[in-house]
Amino acid sequence: MSDEYDAFITEETIEGDDEGPLSGTTVAVKDNISTAGVRTTCGSEMLADYVPPYSATAVERLTDAGATVVGKTNMDEFGMGTTTETSAFGPTRNPADPERVPGGSSGGSAAAVAAGEADVALGSDTGGSVRCPAAFCGVVGIKPTYGLVSRYGLVAYANSLEQIGPIAGTVEEAAEALDVIAGPDPNDGTTRDPAEAVGADAGVPEGGYAAAADGDVDGLTVGVPTELFEGADERVVETVEAAIGDLEARGAETTEISLPSVEHAVQAYYVIATSEASSNLARFDGVRYGHRAEGDGNWNESFAETREAFGAEVKRRILLGTYALSAGYHDKYYAKAQDAREWVRQDFEDAFADVDVIASPTMPVLPFELGESLDDPLRMYLADANTTPVNLANLPAISVPAGEADGLPVGLQIVGPKFDEATVIRAASAVEDR
Amino acid sequence: MTETSDSDGSNGGDRVDAAEVEHVAELARVRLEEGETEAFADQFAEILEYFEALDEVPDLEREEDLVNVMRADEIESGLTQAEALSNAAETEDGFFKGPKVS
Repeated sequence: MSDEYDAFITEETIEGDDEGPLSGTTVAVKDNISTAGVRTTCGSEMLADYVPPYSATAVERLTDAGATVVGKTNMDEFGMGTTTETSAFGPTRNPADPERVPGGSSGGSAAAVAAGEADVALGSDTGGSVRCPAAFCGVVGIKPTYGLVSRYGLVAYANSLEQIGPIAGTVEEAAEALDVIAGPDPNDGTTRDPAEAVGADAGVPEGGYAAAADGDVDGLTVGVPTELFEGADERVVETVEAAIGDLEARGAETTEISLPSVEHAVQAYYVIATSEASSNLARFDGVRYGHRAEGDGNWNESFAETREAFGAEVKRRILLGTYALSAGYHDKYYAKAQDAREWVRQDFEDAFADVDVIASPTMPVLPFELGESLDDPLRMYLADANTTPVNLANLPAISVPAGEADGLPVGLQIVGPKFDEATVIRAASAVEDR
Repeated sequence: MTETSDSDGSNGGDRVDAAEVEHVAELARVRLEEGETEAFADQFAEILEYFEALDEVPDLEREEDLVNVMRADEIESGLTQAEALSNAAETEDGFFKGPKVS
């Protein structure tokens, strides 16, 4: 297979079972999701030679359902980035425009699907890492409700925020993959059965999530939050508004809403995510697995030298998180970020008392040119303005192609109430039916 | 915990200089490459200034109901010793071998 866009870090096949709902389907797996016997690098020099002795639950469920894994996809190092340029293995190019980034951090997964190198892909979404590349590459990406999909075997970056989610060419294909990977797992204590969590009336519809992709939005109420349109590129806003207009034409009712808390979501996200990262990535000390520096210094010197192998963005986030959690700053940054997280959660909950779903641009910008944002971390962080609120609130969301602006894909994000993936999928399927 | 604020003990100053970046890097056991310290100091100043907006967030009580997930503490099969050691840079007699302590 030619990998024209550098979507893969490793091209190796893991055969699935002979029969199952995904028999004949090819799947690309983000390289922070463990595959037994196939190296799992997280896009990092630190794990360049790491071969997991076990597979993630999501991978097991896909191969048990008949899917064949075709390779491990490129990603921002440890999921830290919005462009897939922080990978130690070099950037992935956007199949829609090879001079531009595919988005991130699951850029290889979205590019593999957009280029036809896999039918479906798994990504992980901590602050938008499934939805952003789906939007930039013109494909569909689902970020499930926190707790719907097992994180067992996902190399942790910020575990209170992240979920594994599917990327595919259509809403229905993404939903089919979600049907397979969703559900409680004894190896991840944060997974829940939707029926137990929110009652049998919500949760999984008869026929599974894929059956919800029926395009029927008659009577659906769509909230349009002004805060997630302000400051976005005009071309993006126009394209997204046109797609929302088409939903109205199909019987949906739109209403303007306000989510004042989301103005603080990016700050809260980066404080919480970097704090969790500073703890999670402490495990990379070169003793049990991963790169180990040659030096013969003592324990502390040896760890510091080994960890010099992290790339700049990973170091930046470990240090920011260490700073935010350190004495004298914990209350100022981490505690306030937790307050902001609760505020965002309540804001969405209040909004869902009046509307069924909330629609906005997935990304406020068109895909960056390669190299454009790499030396300006704050600019890259600000691009996550519309996706991070969803992770803070633990909600399900989808990015579905809304159309093109200047020949570049634009994604529409649809957010739903907790464990109501079905409504989000239904609304998104109407967008792609246009 | 280690005090990371200025030497006068005040927590008000959010100036991040190269020395502070060095100190946090030492706490995190991450060695920085040449030039990274200065670049990070400038970037952190900008990022932390942006984080200042969190001061405007109201104090909130957590309302979300969380449930504990329990399971019986039973012995299950796990990785074999060989599997567990398979990615280690150095092992000895079935143990991981780390750097010297001092």
